[in-house]
Amino acid sequence: MKKNIHTQGAPPLLIYTLRLADNAMILGQRLSEWCGHGPELELDIALSNIALDQLGHARMLYQYAAKQLGPDYTEDDLPFFRDADSFHNLLIVELPNGHWGDTLARQFLFDTYNYFLYRRLCSSADDTIKSIAQKAIKEITYHAQWSAEWVIRLGDGTQESHQKIQKSFEDLWMWTGEFFMADEIDCQMAEYGIGVHPEQLKDAWRSKVEEILDIATLHVPDATWYQRGGKQGRHTEYLGYILAEMQHLPRMYPEAKW
Amino acid sequence: MSTDQWPLWEVFIRSKNGLSHKHVGSLHAPDAQTALLNARDVYTRRSEGVSIWVVEARHIHASSPDAKEPLFSPADDKVYRHPTFYDIPDEVGHM
Repeated sequence: MKKNIHTQGAPPLLIYTLRLADNAMILGQRLSEWCGHGPELELDIALSNIALDQLGHARMLYQYAAKQLGPDYTEDDLPFFRDADSFHNLLIVELPNGHWGDTLARQFLFDTYNYFLYRRLCSSADDTIKSIAQKAIKEITYHAQWSAEWVIRLGDGTQESHQKIQKSFEDLWMWTGEFFMADEIDCQMAEYGIGVHPEQLKDAWRSKVEEILDIATLHVPDATWYQRGGKQGRHTEYLGYILAEMQHLPRMYPEAKW
Repeated sequence: MSTDQWPLWEVFIRSKNGLSHKHVGSLHAPDAQTALLNARDVYTRRSEGVSIWVVEARHIHASSPDAKEPLFSPADDKVYRHPTFYDIPDEVGHM
């Protein structure tokens, strides 16, 4: 019988690996909800591709996390046998997809963050994280380009598309602060040269977002307060529903095989 | 963008250096840049290519099917136009 994995008090490297892995996994799971429902065939395929890329990144990182846990664990144990409070993804990736503009705005904000993060991780002192980042950065570069192009087209499109995506950015803005909030684990990983101190990503992210929103004739929202907690395992109610869908089969039939 | 459909684009992919671009299919996109992105996502997922061309379908001029006989039939009985009387060394590769 499989036992739940709890991450309370786990080593910092494991938590750090899981933060990266869970971002990719939960966003990939969210995006795959669009499969077959995209507004155009081509966009449906494009977003499903991105979802699969994210899943691929998650797999590499879960393999590494399982290795850290020991020989009794596999990559599948981590996404399927953990409860919400042991997931370490950012809150923004677990939010519901909303309409197409909401999904694109979230994708652009996250891709831009992910791009600057993984670019730095390409020179991580940890060889495994380094090689995963070097592989993933090519796909992430494309994701960031793709979502930026579409933000420009919706922002500078019709009056309706402009208003809708501006509202999407306003709604999402309070979830973006968590990108740059550092805790003890972030600081320690940055100190070892394994991870990146989140605050160091802020300027590059901000100026890229300002550049694209400017081209898109959108304005950068103001925020005085940001949501936080996902990295530490304190989640919105939405994550529970994602996990229920994702985990119910392996939990009912733990020995199930393809 | 209005409620009209996006324009149709024809997609050409070069599968490797040294070969020419080949028509692989078509797609819809609002402009050239997104047509290239769409082409990448729709037609190169399995390492099909190293280069993509897109051209809006309305810019392609096609011969009329009615003109098939005058255009193509005269070549049918001129077997001497085919270079089948030469031995081509294997090393030549693609012709």
